[in-house]
Amino acid sequence: MLTYTLKRLLMAVPTLLIVITISFFLMRIAPGGPFDGERQLPPEIEANLKAAYHLDEPLPQQYLRYMGNLLQGDFGPSFKYKDFSVTELIAQGFPVSLEIGGLAILLALLVGLPLGVVAALRRNSGLDYAVMGVALAGIAVPNFVIAPILALVFGVLLAWLPAGGWNGGALPNLILPVIALSIQQIAYIARMMRASMIEVLGSHYIRTARAKGLSERQVIWRHAIRPALLPVTSYLGPAIAGIITGSVVIEQIFGIPGIGRYFVQAALNRDYTLVMGTVVFYGALIVLMNLLVDLFYSALDPQIRYDD
Amino acid sequence: MLRHSHTRLATTLLSSLSLASLALATPAQADTLNIGVMGELASFDTSQVSGGVWESQILMDVYEGLLKENPEGEVMPGMATDWDISEDGRTYTFHLREGAKWSDGAPVTAEDFVFGWQHLLDPASASKYAYLLYPIKNAEAVNTGDRPLDALGVESLDDGKTLKVTLDAPTPYFLQLLTHYTAYPVPKHAVEKYGKQWVKMDNIVTNGAFTPVEWVSQSRISVEKNPDYYEADEVELDGVNYFNTEDRNAAISRFRAGELDIVRDYPSSRYQWLEDNLPEATHLSPMLGSYYYVLNTREGRPTADKRVREALNLVARRKVLSEQIMAGSFKDAYSLVPPGTSHYDVQRMDGVDGDYQERLARAKQLIEEAGYGPDNPLHLQLRYNTSDEHKKIAIALAAMWKPLGVDVEMTNAEATVHYQTIQQGDFDIARAGWIADYNDAENFLTLLRSGVGNNYGGYANPEYDALLAQAATVRDLDEREALLEKAENVALDDYALVPLLYYVTRNLVNPDISGWQDNAEDDHPSRWVTFTE
Repeated sequence: MLTYTLKRLLMAVPTLLIVITISFFLMRIAPGGPFDGERQLPPEIEANLKAAYHLDEPLPQQYLRYMGNLLQGDFGPSFKYKDFSVTELIAQGFPVSLEIGGLAILLALLVGLPLGVVAALRRNSGLDYAVMGVALAGIAVPNFVIAPILALVFGVLLAWLPAGGWNGGALPNLILPVIALSIQQIAYIARMMRASMIEVLGSHYIRTARAKGLSERQVIWRHAIRPALLPVTSYLGPAIAGIITGSVVIEQIFGIPGIGRYFVQAALNRDYTLVMGTVVFYGALIVLMNLLVDLFYSALDPQIRYDD
Repeated sequence: MLRHSHTRLATTLLSSLSLASLALATPAQADTLNIGVMGELASFDTSQVSGGVWESQILMDVYEGLLKENPEGEVMPGMATDWDISEDGRTYTFHLREGAKWSDGAPVTAEDFVFGWQHLLDPASASKYAYLLYPIKNAEAVNTGDRPLDALGVESLDDGKTLKVTLDAPTPYFLQLLTHYTAYPVPKHAVEKYGKQWVKMDNIVTNGAFTPVEWVSQSRISVEKNPDYYEADEVELDGVNYFNTEDRNAAISRFRAGELDIVRDYPSSRYQWLEDNLPEATHLSPMLGSYYYVLNTREGRPTADKRVREALNLVARRKVLSEQIMAGSFKDAYSLVPPGTSHYDVQRMDGVDGDYQERLARAKQLIEEAGYGPDNPLHLQLRYNTSDEHKKIAIALAAMWKPLGVDVEMTNAEATVHYQTIQQGDFDIARAGWIADYNDAENFLTLLRSGVGNNYGGYANPEYDALLAQAATVRDLDEREALLEKAENVALDDYALVPLLYYVTRNLVNPDISGWQDNAEDDHPSRWVTFTE
């Protein structure tokens, strides 16, 4: 298992290198630069800016400079948020995104999994249709619709919770964003769990278990749920990486200082260093989450073993 | 988290997670003002600021220049109590305020201004807005690196109690310019002590009514009253929180929930609703800004033909745009320089607001004379930067031009790409806007000066350039005004652009606040604000 893990981590290095390299050049190919805006700068000032950020050097040299700094753990200064380095921005924003995203995933599992199981057990019943109907609505309604409605209803009309703001992560400030972020995930997880549960319940070993005279409860808890979790688990890897790196929509609507907005804004601002920082960070997280998922597989399915 | 600038990621994650879960709601303070601003400050180093309205709001609260603004946006003495201007209008001598201090108690001296302005113009600072100080002698040469920093025309005299500024030419708006953040002082002693890290929350010192204490990136900047401010006794607020509320609709919700006292913008589409539901809080007032369409006058473009430009202008129905399309949240414009500009009368493009049928008939005739017709329809490429507002206006104009047989091809792109494309001249018509950097007509008229970067349409008229050049040398304000007005008329007679709308300021302000006034600069120092409750 350890050898396997190390091997996977080693394999991640070339993957990340390729991701970084492609992103670096794609970003430079995109039309417009970090200093293009409504007001065109006098040429001398633009020259000063380019020199200050080494953008006047040939592209391969910039690339080597970037990779050199990266190896020393230096993501460089942000082009746009000048009082912060990219490392500081990620270090400040990630814990917030992790907290909101982690809670949202937890909520999604706590609600989504039971709903899926119940729907599968009561297949084609009114309950099943109700759960799946709501889940479909949850998937179809984007969170930029749900979030303002939540803020309006609970923040403005009922005034039970803050309509926005972070307030150092105080509980009342967490509730609405976590719910808004989890609704879609609840829906996905419930639908996926239902489908995979139905498939498992139709399999031979469940029939065998029942034939052995096990109680329905034992059949479901001991033999059906574990294998039914496999598809959800593989979905969770990238989903968790996506959610804990923040959501630009939720962050902007609730005014949350996470890193989700950097993904969008850095690209729009052509904030090269911040774009690269988020790409490297997100890439590494995806690799890590996928590895964790694969390791978790072996816990769920005895057929999967990573011994060499 | 700012306080640990170089902690390793892992430890930071752990500590802030536990901090985040432990932190409770900070107790509500009645005298803390909560302002929703529409973006993130780029830096507390004023040479690094990117030009957003929200940045001026924060910076004017924590710093103070030689002059400052009152609630109406008029200039008044700040760090300088009085000043002398030489006969030729090229030398300004400012007498600095006795007892003016930085927030660490150190005195504010003329040295801090010399240092700050040199820092702004230093090529190594790569400041975007350095050109605003180009009226100062040798400023441009310093900024391009042709002259050393100390060649700049500023001098500290009498042990730092007097600041002497020499200009290249008389600049009527110079005093107004000194309220802009590019002209703020920089605490020389703090920079010498901390280097680039002087802007960090632990190190920063400021000389305004407030001083920064906390910055949660992308969420909130908090400032506290500066006890060392010379008029600290008169500052009513204990502090100000600036919340980054880029989502303008969410900002409205937070205002209605009482979480924000002031919101510095709202979507134009919400104006009617706000006016109906929150009439006392909804502010809308003229602003020094113009929304216009650039016409590409370069050779080979259909819009190089003056007849085409006139026709497009004749049938653009500004009132429909302002009142119906934009629901009253813009004012219809017939000129480039907006109303409210000091020492300037609003000019008016000829014939664009008479009887519509007559205008249409004349426009059709012009298009025909220009050689376009059913066999040879006029095809124009219209570019705008992606936004709902710009899209609505573009669609409306395309419809207004349709009766002329004009076939408009619309292309939109995100702002970065939009401006890069139109700077290269690849368009016939392009959306643009200009918000004044300082209250002076010249700031707008420069947009049509030949060879200037922001002159996207490549308009070039020697008579226009000559009038502007002449105005730059005239000291008498009335004479200068006449020259500038004449220049604008030259451009308007040439139909050099399609003026469409004047910007307005849109703010939501808690009715329990006093000391907050609508003004054309949209500058509202928190120093004057009090809660009346």
